Order: sequence, then structure tokens, then C-alpha cells
Amino acid sequence: MLLIRGGRVIDPQNGVDEQLSLFVKDGKIVDLFPDAGQHKHNLAGARIINAEGCLVVPGLIDMHVHLREPGHEYKETIETGCRAAAAGGFTSVACMPNTNPVNDNQAVTEYILDRAAKSGCVNVYPVGAITAGLKGDFLAPMGELREAGAVAVSDDGKTVKNSELMRRAMEYAKNFSLPVICHCEDMDLAGNGVMNEGCTSMRIGLKGIPNAAEDIIVAREVSLSGLTGCRVHIAHVSTKGSVDIIREAKSRGVNVTAETAPHYFTLSDESLETFDTHFK
Amino acid sequence: MPLRSKDLLTIEQLSVDEINLILDTADSMKEISSRDIKKVPTLRGKTVINLFYEPSTRTRTSFEIAGKRLSADVVNISTSSSSVSKGETLKDTGKNLQAMSPDLVVIRHSAAGAPKILADALPASIINAGDGAHQHPTQALLDAFTIREKKGTFEGLTVSIIGDISHSRVARSNVACLTRLGARVKVYGPFTMIPYFVEELGAAVAPSMEDAVADTDVIMMLRIQMERQSAFLFPSLREYSTFFGLNLERLKRAKKDVLIMHPGPVNRGVEIAPEVADGPYALILEQVANGVAVRMALLYLLIGK
Repeated sequence: MLLIRGGRVIDPQNGVDEQLSLFVKDGKIVDLFPDAGQHKHNLAGARIINAEGCLVVPGLIDMHVHLREPGHEYKETIETGCRAAAAGGFTSVACMPNTNPVNDNQAVTEYILDRAAKSGCVNVYPVGAITAGLKGDFLAPMGELREAGAVAVSDDGKTVKNSELMRRAMEYAKNFSLPVICHCEDMDLAGNGVMNEGCTSMRIGLKGIPNAAEDIIVAREVSLSGLTGCRVHIAHVSTKGSVDIIREAKSRGVNVTAETAPHYFTLSDESLETFDTHFK
Repeated sequence: MPLRSKDLLTIEQLSVDEINLILDTADSMKEISSRDIKKVPTLRGKTVINLFYEPSTRTRTSFEIAGKRLSADVVNISTSSSSVSKGETLKDTGKNLQAMSPDLVVIRHSAAGAPKILADALPASIINAGDGAHQHPTQALLDAFTIREKKGTFEGLTVSIIGDISHSRVARSNVACLTRLGARVKVYGPFTMIPYFVEELGAAVAPSMEDAVADTDVIMMLRIQMERQSAFLFPSLREYSTFFGLNLERLKRAKKDVLIMHPGPVNRGVEIAPEVADGPYALILEQVANGVAVRMALLYLLIGK
């Protein structure tokens, strides 16, 4: 038995957003009641969590994480990544394929799922690669990846440079109902830039990356989604230009969605004036 | 003249009556190939030239045998040993051939529209034996002939064409021919190989391989046209055969009396498993046999009177 007391309960599916207490029995929510109100439950032996000032929400889903395993276990493992997710209220995560080896085949997808079953405390959904080895040369075997358990494909961290290959990837992904998640960055334009190109980069002398580096590829992916009908998701949107392009495409019915990350709308490049690399 | 045009360039040019006339004529031609003496004098004194700019085994041999069984003089030109390799244009080659008074030229070319250029330039009849990814009308007619022999009618039939539709002249001609005759046609394959607007030809795109195989009366498998395509259309032959190949497991869900066809050449194990290609439902070699009869019919109808 568990009582979560006095939190702000948000449950979009049921249209709930109010101060409530929540009673859990045998792993199931059996009652929701106003914080100050009377209730019929015997709390003897129940664990009580004071949630005042907290949000109480259904398990959150992070569709863009890096669990780094296999290959980069010195940074993160499936076990530690899952625990971090759980600590933040996330009960499901979709992990990007830029591991070593790359998740571009059944064996790696199955390994991730196997490790998640053994050491992960949240649901893990692997994302397979768009191109073999994330190299941008040939399609990854998406059918095989889907059968093994991949839920989407992405070359996250890299843009698929060749536009014809990206078109074909979207067409081929449609055969297997896999959404294509796009990391949008014109690598030539971004070059070896390290921060937003603007007044701050000019002043502090660090090489900037123009917004156009993102906008150009977002426009391409949206255009290809319109051509192919493929379900496209734009990852970590960070520019106004991208938002405008995506909004306009959605208004035309293009099958595109997007995500962003907190630092893109809570911080600005001015934070970097101190050269504090936490902000990079 | 029993056909309206001196040439056969596309299926679209044919009326349903003309298609039926060709199939009916092929019916009576077929018997000739089963005789001990496989020759009739119908086209004696007529000259047929096979002008093949692309490799071919079945089609070229089929036209040659068809012409010879009707007593025509058949001349084969393969472009590797002709003036074409010295830089002569298609039109000039055609005019030079015309100067020797052939009655009919059969042409295969990698460029869509090549037979039309020849047909406009030459008084001789032209048969398109495949032009790029455009049309292969005699293949569609022999396929229709084969289906009609087995099923009797096209009304109510569904035909699935599976594989590389984008690069296939066989698919374009078959969709046109079968829909004209009253069959329903659907196509399936990697969506990298299904051209947009294919519905405009009258074909539906099947939602899945399972649907394409299970809910149909005829399955027509196409080979991947490696020579015509980009390197990005599918990840590997392994993926292709796993998800788009016809194997015994998939065939279990097909109708009991399904017909399996393939225009050849077959890439065994890729688009079709050997057990299926050699199995009881496969008509692949019957298609080849019927090809001779259909081409005899066409030669007769175009230059026989």
C-alpha cells in the first residue's frame, strides 16, 4: 500500500490537473481524492510519500536517450541510464543507435533488449540506424531491426547527407511502419563550430554555427516527408526557423512531429560568456 | 489489316477487341509448336529483323522461332557486333535496314521511346520487345494468354505484381493489359521500388506482402533490375528475400489455386525461392512456351496479309 499525498496530479488522458492524493494497492491506483478530504482507506502499514509541491504524473516517456551500451559503458550503461530515467519520472525510454557497435542489425537490438530485461528498471525501446554503421552510404536492414524490436530509425548525431538516400530511407521505413527520427544539421555549414553563431560568439571569439545549418536540413526532411508520406520526427529542434518550417508543414498535413530540449528554451548563448562548459 | 496500327509499341494502343483477337490467334498458333514438322508457309517471303540493343535470351529466341515457324526469313542483329558499336544513330541504323526492305523490325532498347522513333521513321512494322522502363507489350500479351488458358476469364480475377515496379516495363504493360481485360491488379514491393502515381495506371498498392500474396488469384514476381537502379533501394539481398521474396511459408496463406508467374530471368532465392519457382503452381516455363505462340500471332496479324 502506498499513499502519495498532496501533489499536483496531472493525467492528460483523463483530463485531470488538480491537487489530489493518490492511493495505491497491489501496484494499482485504486483511489484519487482531494488532499484535505476524508477517505475510507486504512493506512496502517502503508508507505506515505509527501508530494506537496511536486507533480504527480503517469510514467513519462523520453523518446530520445543515449544509454551508451554497448561500447561506451564508461559514460553510461543501460542500468545507470534506466535508473536516471526512473529518478526523473520516466518509465519508458527510446535509446539512440550510436553505440559501438552501432545498432544497425538484429544482434545489437536483441543485445540491448536482453540487457534491459536483466539490468534496466524502465521500459527500453531501441531505435535502429537509418544507414549501415551511421555512415550514410547504404540503408540499414530496417525490416530485420523492426522484427528484432526497434521502434524507429535514426542516424542521430549525424544527418544523412545524401538526399536521395534519405528519400529511399523514408520510403523503405514505410514498408515497416517505422518513424524516421532526423538529426538536422548541415555538417559542412556547421563545420567545427562550437556554439550558436551570433553576437556572443563574435564577441568571445568562438566559432559559431548558424541557425541555417539546422533550418536547411529540417526543410529537406519536411519536404521529403511530403514526397514520401513517411512519418518523420525532427529531433532536438533549436531554432525559430525550424519551428516555422515544421508549423507550416503541419498546417499542410505533412506527417511530421518534433521535439526540443529544455536548454534550448531556458538558456541562451549569453550563458557562454563565462566559458563555463556546463552550458555548451 | 486486322490491327489498326502497323506497329505494336504499347498495350495502351490496343483495344480490348484487338487484345482478344491476338489471344485468339495465339490459341490457333500454339498447336503448330506441338507438331512434328513445326512449320507453316504463312510468312514465306517475308523478312523479320531482330534488332536487340540489350541482352536477351527468351525474347529474342522467341521472336526468331516464331518467325521461322511461320517461314519468315529472320535476321538477328546484336548491337555488339554491328555498326551501333561504331557510333551509328538509331535512326540511321533503322534507315539502313529499311533500305534492305524488311517487313518487320523487332526492337529492344534501353531507352524508353526508341521503338516509337523507329516506327515513325520506317515504313516497316515495328514490334517493341522492351524499351527501358516503359513497355514490353508482347510479355504482357503472353502473360494474359497464360492466365486466360488457366482461368478462362479475367472477370473477378485479382493479379498481384510484386517486386521492382519502378524499373519494370513488364509491370507497366501488364497493368495496362490486365485492367483492360477486366482483372483487378495490385502491386507491392519495397516502397523504394513502387512509383508514385502508379494508381493512375489502374493498379492499387497492396498494404503488405501478406495481403499481396494471400488475397489474389495470380502472383507475378519480378526480378530486381540491378542494371537500372540506384544503390539505395534496399539494404541487402538477405532483407529483400526475407521481406519481399515468395517462399513456401508465405505461399501457405495463398489461395489453393493460385498461379505463380515470372517473366524471367529468375534470381533464385532472391524474389522467388527455388521450391516455389519449381513448384506445382509455377507457370514460368509455360509462359515461355506461350510466348512463341503469341509472337507468331502478332507477326501474322501485322505482316501476314
